[in-house]
Amino acid sequence: MRTVATLLRKELLLERKVPQLVPAMSLFSVTTFVVFHFALQQRSVDGDLAAGILVVTLLFATILGINRLYVADREEGGFDAFLLAPVDRTAFGVAKAVTLFAFLVLLEVVMLPAFAILLLGPGMGFEVVGKLVVVLLLVNVGLAVVGTLVGALAIQTRARDLIGPLIALPLLVPVVITAARALSPVLGADGAGALEGRWLGVLGLYDLVFGLLAYALFDFLLED
Amino acid sequence: MTTPPATEPAPPGGPVAAVELAGLTRRYGARAALEDVSFSLAPGRTLVVFGPNGAGKSTLLRVLATLLRPHAGTARVLGHELPGAGWAVRGRVGLLAHEPLLYRDLSPRENLRFQARLHGVAAERVEELLDAVGIGLRADDPLHTFSRGMVQRTAVARVVLHDPELLLLDEPRANLDPAAAALLEPLIGRASGRSRVITSHDPAGGLEEADVALGLVGGRAALFAPAAEVDAAAIGALYR
Repeated sequence: MRTVATLLRKELLLERKVPQLVPAMSLFSVTTFVVFHFALQQRSVDGDLAAGILVVTLLFATILGINRLYVADREEGGFDAFLLAPVDRTAFGVAKAVTLFAFLVLLEVVMLPAFAILLLGPGMGFEVVGKLVVVLLLVNVGLAVVGTLVGALAIQTRARDLIGPLIALPLLVPVVITAARALSPVLGADGAGALEGRWLGVLGLYDLVFGLLAYALFDFLLED
Repeated sequence: MTTPPATEPAPPGGPVAAVELAGLTRRYGARAALEDVSFSLAPGRTLVVFGPNGAGKSTLLRVLATLLRPHAGTARVLGHELPGAGWAVRGRVGLLAHEPLLYRDLSPRENLRFQARLHGVAAERVEELLDAVGIGLRADDPLHTFSRGMVQRTAVARVVLHDPELLLLDEPRANLDPAAAALLEPLIGRASGRSRVITSHDPAGGLEEADVALGLVGGRAALFAPAAEVDAAAIGALYR
């Protein structure tokens, strides 16, 4: 845990000193909502459409983040410096996943108000926000875990900007579908509908399976 | 030119060799970067590796640092066989590579404190080294504002931060002015008392520093001999 905390501190320090990921992801998501706002030519959206726009925008913003997650480590030798230290290598993956999760939370702090203003007519009540937070926290875990795994794989290749999305998108399709299903009633026209437990269960199961997979595989991704 | 393979004789029952290679081979795809390299280095001694660009010098250092796996042969570092016992070697070697292995947007102090936490080293050691490498006054400036020489000084501080037993130094004096080189001498020079494997393109300077010289050509050991028995002309021949 001490190593994870050390790495996490470094990640947050880098992002604080030279903000890159969070501003880029935030700008992308807000711009996407603006595009949808004008392209759909509707005063507001709800239900499946609203859930789809929110989740897909979050997905593509995450892809931006995944592509940049390891760049400083690869280009500036942080990988090698870490590998030379007598510490558990899995800590690197855990720290990256926690970092990406934290960045996604920050992104959502920006993107949810923008989503409400630009695409949800009457705005979001506390009940809607509460349910959104529950679903998005589960979604974030899945995105962070898969993103960490895929980013580590892609960064080893010369075509990392292509490889990352090509691997991540199919792996994240279950999260997109499940999150959209879960959020559709929450974003319904007639106020916050009920959250269905089965979708939360599927998201939780996805997070668990890919979390264990990432934990088991990450060490090998750092190996020569 | 002395014919390899050869080993530097170690006293029987004496301390474990700092480095011991037997038939080490490392490939990148089909190309062998190192092929059948064998030598041993007694503790506290300095091996200087010469050879033209692409001869395998940096690859050798990366294998010894546990960053690359040997593909054939055996490699023992500080008595531990690689890659299996790599965990026992990490933290006991210091690698100065072509890249400084430091984050450009962080300051030297932030970089070294990060490394110190990874290696379980006290923060006081960071302050001590910032002064020792002569960057104390700019220790909080981002590394990307530094000259190459200043970055190299910071990299040297990183390399010796955890007091490694074996130094792996890839052209350690690159980008350093004579005063900076003298400043770093107690840390990475002979005076440090550590075992050292150094790559160099400077025959005279390298031989002066070496106890043993290794010449690599095309990934193969073309020369291995005590430095006292090698002259600059023999080193120059490696580059033809």
